[in-house]
Amino acid sequence: MAFLEVMGIYKNFGKTEVLKGIDFSLEKGEVLAIIGSSGSGKTTLLRCLNFLETPDSGCITLNKEVLFDGRQYKNMREDEIRKKRLHFGLVFQSFNLFPQYTALQNVKLAAELMIKDERKEIVAAKAQWTAALEEVNQEAQNLLIRVGLEDKMHNYPWELSGGQQQRVAIARALSMKPDILCFDEPTSALDPELTGEVLKVIKGLKSSDRTMIVVTHEMEFAKNVADKVIFMANGVIEEEGTPEQVFEHPKSPLTQAFLNKSFESI
Amino acid sequence: MGFTQVTLDLLISFKENCTIFAATLLFALPLGLLISMGSMNKFFPLRWVTKTFVWIIRGTPLMLQLFIVFYVPGIMFNAPMRDRMLATLIAFIINYACYFSEIYRGGIESIAQGQYEAGQVLGMTKAQIFFKVILLQVIKRIVPPMGNEIITLVKDTSLARIIAVGEILFAAERYAGRGLIWPMFYIGVYFLLFCGGLTLLFNYVEKKLDYFRG
Repeated sequence: MAFLEVMGIYKNFGKTEVLKGIDFSLEKGEVLAIIGSSGSGKTTLLRCLNFLETPDSGCITLNKEVLFDGRQYKNMREDEIRKKRLHFGLVFQSFNLFPQYTALQNVKLAAELMIKDERKEIVAAKAQWTAALEEVNQEAQNLLIRVGLEDKMHNYPWELSGGQQQRVAIARALSMKPDILCFDEPTSALDPELTGEVLKVIKGLKSSDRTMIVVTHEMEFAKNVADKVIFMANGVIEEEGTPEQVFEHPKSPLTQAFLNKSFESI
Repeated sequence: MGFTQVTLDLLISFKENCTIFAATLLFALPLGLLISMGSMNKFFPLRWVTKTFVWIIRGTPLMLQLFIVFYVPGIMFNAPMRDRMLATLIAFIINYACYFSEIYRGGIESIAQGQYEAGQVLGMTKAQIFFKVILLQVIKRIVPPMGNEIITLVKDTSLARIIAVGEILFAAERYAGRGLIWPMFYIGVYFLLFCGGLTLLFNYVEKKLDYFRG
């Protein structure tokens, strides 16, 4: 069984069918790029994985643990969903940093709240508490250094460029140590000259134990960084395979048309 | 009657205005939040009841509401309202809570959905998202409209005169009745100074929240 198994995901918004039976699997350490035109369901799929949308049916299994099962979902409690959600991290197209916090505070916040929440009952563990918070602080600083923002840690989001904000958002998503890190068109809101710095950071995150799913319009990036590419059209997976298979030898006419358009020079 | 004597006398009456002001804020600010929760509730009947209530309160004059609170218990239930200040406070608190609730609602609904989602994918609870992420952004956005409303409240306190609460306008009228007209105009100074102080306070709060944008 693969690390991530997604089976038969359906999702409607009212009468619009957005996802019409999505199946795919992903191995640990792989990078999956999802491409396709706007409205093909890429973002909805990513949001389903992160429990921001609830699929109408289907099944999501991670590391043999069933995270979502359309038949039982209604019985799931809020805090259960919250726990399952933490297997995934999500970087948004529009960054969604918290404006009132500095870069460092943005990265630390969720982990800090988690510690405070867990240890509220154990009053005796004060020293342990302080140590854990210090660890979170150190970890957050390391993450920001990792995305190249060691000199921006104490800046507020509005003082940062779009590319810098997105890098903070990446560090923030990493702070909860997700099993799978998802990116929803991470560079679509950026000026072209800022796209590179973000893509470089994402590329740099690739390692044998980090699994990533990237919804993107950056074809060169998908080609060079992904281990696996999925092309979506009209709510289904039209074609999937290695970057070579999908980009060099696309079988479906829809894929061919999409790629032709994407690489068309003006 | 000398200037100093009148000034002091009016100041004592102005204490009534200050009481109405402070008590209204104290109760209407939290009550408004409660009402806004009602008007944003997913449960349709509750939302409908709340919105209708807000419509009625905002759609009728505060002066009429003062009359109703003060006279209706006596006329209809044979239980006359004896405490004029209490009647004033009830009318003011309900009236202002409704206005505040709409300001809160506007503030809360103006926060981008992405802020909630960012909190959710980081595993934060609903309460954590509201108190640690949303609330301060809402406060920043509602300071200007709140300032407006609170300054209106200062001046509205003199409406209590209509049910003979001994506030500053009432005191000035007593002078006028005895042939001393100028205190009637002079009371404007009290309101001006009070509102001036509030304006400075709101400017300070706005400055304090200027460190972030969003």
